[in-house]
Amino acid sequence: MNGFIQALADEMSRLCQPAPATPPPADAPAGETPSAAAAEPPPPCQITDYGKRGFHLDVTVPPDRVVDAAHILDARGFGIDCVTGVDWIASGQMEVVYDYFHPTAPWRVVVRARIPRDRAEIQTVSHVFPGANWHERETHDFFDIRFIGHPDLSPFLLPEDSDFHPLRKDFTPLP
Amino acid sequence: MSVPPLELIKGPDETFILNLGPQHPATHGVLRIKLTMDGEYVTRAEPVPGYIHRMHEKMGENRTWNQFLPNTSRIDYLSAMAYTHAFVGVAERAAGIEVPPRAEYIRVITSELNRISSHLVWFGAFLLDLGGFTPLLYAFDDREKILDLLEGITGSRLTYCYYRFGGVCNDVDDAFLRGTKEFVAHMRPRMKLYRDLVTDNIILRKRLTDIGHISADMCRRYGATGPVIRGAGVAYDTRKVEPYSAYREFDFDIPVFPEADSMARYLVRMEEIVQSLRIIEQAVDRLPDGPFIAPKMPKVMKVPPGDYFYATEAARGRFAVRAVSDGKEIPYRLKLRAPSFSNLSLFEEASRGMMLPDALAMLGSLDLVIPDIDR
Amino acid sequence: MTIIEPIRILLYVVGALAFVGVNAAYLVWLERKAAGRFQRRAGPTEVGPAGLLQPVADAIKLMTKQLIVPPGSDELLFRVAPVMVMAPAMMCFATIPFADSIAARNIDVGLLMIFAFGSINVMAVMLGGWSSRNKYAIISAARVVSQNVAYEIPMLLTIITMLMVAGTMNLHEIVRQQEAGFWAWNVFRLASNPLMPVTFIIFFICMLAETNRAPFDMAEAESELVAGAYTEYSGMGFGVFFMGEYANIVIGCAIATALFLGGWGSPVGALPGVWWFLAKMYFLIFSVIWIRWTFPRTQFYGLLNLSWKILIPVSLTTLVLTSIAIKIPRMF
Repeated sequence: MNGFIQALADEMSRLCQPAPATPPPADAPAGETPSAAAAEPPPPCQITDYGKRGFHLDVTVPPDRVVDAAHILDARGFGIDCVTGVDWIASGQMEVVYDYFHPTAPWRVVVRARIPRDRAEIQTVSHVFPGANWHERETHDFFDIRFIGHPDLSPFLLPEDSDFHPLRKDFTPLP
Repeated sequence: MSVPPLELIKGPDETFILNLGPQHPATHGVLRIKLTMDGEYVTRAEPVPGYIHRMHEKMGENRTWNQFLPNTSRIDYLSAMAYTHAFVGVAERAAGIEVPPRAEYIRVITSELNRISSHLVWFGAFLLDLGGFTPLLYAFDDREKILDLLEGITGSRLTYCYYRFGGVCNDVDDAFLRGTKEFVAHMRPRMKLYRDLVTDNIILRKRLTDIGHISADMCRRYGATGPVIRGAGVAYDTRKVEPYSAYREFDFDIPVFPEADSMARYLVRMEEIVQSLRIIEQAVDRLPDGPFIAPKMPKVMKVPPGDYFYATEAARGRFAVRAVSDGKEIPYRLKLRAPSFSNLSLFEEASRGMMLPDALAMLGSLDLVIPDIDR
Repeated sequence: MTIIEPIRILLYVVGALAFVGVNAAYLVWLERKAAGRFQRRAGPTEVGPAGLLQPVADAIKLMTKQLIVPPGSDELLFRVAPVMVMAPAMMCFATIPFADSIAARNIDVGLLMIFAFGSINVMAVMLGGWSSRNKYAIISAARVVSQNVAYEIPMLLTIITMLMVAGTMNLHEIVRQQEAGFWAWNVFRLASNPLMPVTFIIFFICMLAETNRAPFDMAEAESELVAGAYTEYSGMGFGVFFMGEYANIVIGCAIATALFLGGWGSPVGALPGVWWFLAKMYFLIFSVIWIRWTFPRTQFYGLLNLSWKILIPVSLTTLVLTSIAIKIPRMF
């Protein structure tokens, strides 16, 4: 693997050292989650095989470091691709996934953070990447993940008076 | 009278709010943009999407991998092939399926034909935005030929469901290959016609040159891809930077125009049609023999657990599918990353201070498909 | 001057009304047919042979539609505006010389009258837009005013140039001066002013802009302002605006024919004059349609720049050059 990704991986893995206050993300009750990735906690920052996964670097950071990660990637010329969530209902966690692309090099980086499902809050990165604004709004719509500091979290794709979050796994459609 | 006086509908400081859409001729669908206007100048533009939100991502969690296939072509109905390609691609990547080379070539041919037809629709609709009605019909005339060709092998004209996990559902026949060759030969002089009649028109040039600047850095910060970022001077094309399918084997260029204005985006798309013709020509000439679908494909697709990502270059930019699988028949989570969504998100910043006709010209040059934004 | 005169007037009123009505209806048909040919399609074919009854069907449809007056609008102005587009256009027909003996009135200041009535059109479109209480319509109204102010000036400058060459405002007189044949047409009278073709082109461009035709159709601009000043009009309210627009095109082309292209004068001598007049006029009208379906719309400020920065200076120059060209031979 190229030196660029290696250097980025080194820098990112420094972020992944859990802050003392927050529990490490891999702390989740493993085994219950359907994902094998969660079944045996992977290293928080790993270089992945593009041919198998579709991205080059997979970083799991503590939830309070996503903005730092965004700053690092911004400084290295990455652009935001999308922000989305995954509801790991079995382990009571929400995963927020940030996809980054590099406009002049073929690198793709995935940054993840796991937050508790019942208090789904995470810092916004929309001041670093304005493109994240809409993606975060959409993620709030679908998952009820609150992005702290986001300018406007009103329903975006859902109707403006909606109070449901359809991609949460415990969502039941109205009768 | 129950209607409030006009003064009350105004915004602050001599501005007023103009509600563009959801049924406005320039939004090509049900996009609504709340414009705060100072006279004819746009001071703030706030797009309000979601009018045809269909929650494809939730549908993806409710049906098997195979059952979701037709959905993919209904996200961006103009560029359906690339969308299906990304979806079958992510499953093939996850399950480690080897796609036979003939199938990859057929996918390339049909994807590129679809790209040309999408660009032709954009070309007509964009000129319609600018008040030129006639090119639309010329473009549709050419598009008709593509639709006929694709109908011959896929059975549908717009929302194709042609790709299958491991290949395609039908082999191409001689009529299709012959027709494709004829189309390529027919299209080259047509591109010259379009250049003479439309591109070199002085009114068009004046309307687009130096209008609607979208810099490369803005594209990066907003995640805009496709002709938008290539019109900003960045040679970013998924077909080249992350070569998927058989694109590695073809000789083609990525058109890049550094002016970053509406004209640059226009020229990128027109040049892309030419490049797509080149790819099609090479692919038809070198089409390998062999099966058109991988042998022994399971009836019900199952994907090993994990999360996977697969991106394709659709006509509007990079479409990507992030699939999270738990090993069952039904995907655990499907994220559809739509290019129009990111491309539109920069409109608010880029349109500030523009005049209304210029802002609408820029909106047209972004080439939005509203179902793609709303999903 | 006995019983004949009222009958004559009545006949001409009916004639002018019929001419305007038939032209408005069948120019729509011609426009749709021509647009169809330009766009490699057939145009209207269903109603009647070659779609010839399409205008009738359109008229019936428009007349049966309800005329909705939007709440909060100025109802009086809203209803008056279409009339104010149509009526002045009718008035202008009074003095147009279709042939030596076919004109409602041979007025000495015919040209002045036409331009006096022609300017009311702008106000009507503006009032229509303003009274609709619709933001698109108001933007369009503001555009129409600035556009027409900008284009009235070069148009009148070219007319003054013409008047200096012709020396009369009587349209009959002007046409008669050009009767000598092809090279006597004002557009080719290079001896009195070498810039006469330029004057004609400026007049034609201004005429396009004054009648709000593409590529200067800022008032309607359907991809920006929905339907501009006509957004809130339905049924025959819209229909009258539409007819007025076509009537204005007919007037503009008729004046251009009389002023520059020799009116009823025939270049070869065959056929009575009125057919030549109509042939020239419809050729110009066809050009107007042709231009509309060929070019995209200009930007609004591009439109104003064209007038203030190019057309007005050029027409002023032709004015000065013409006066010199007329004056110098008389000095010796």
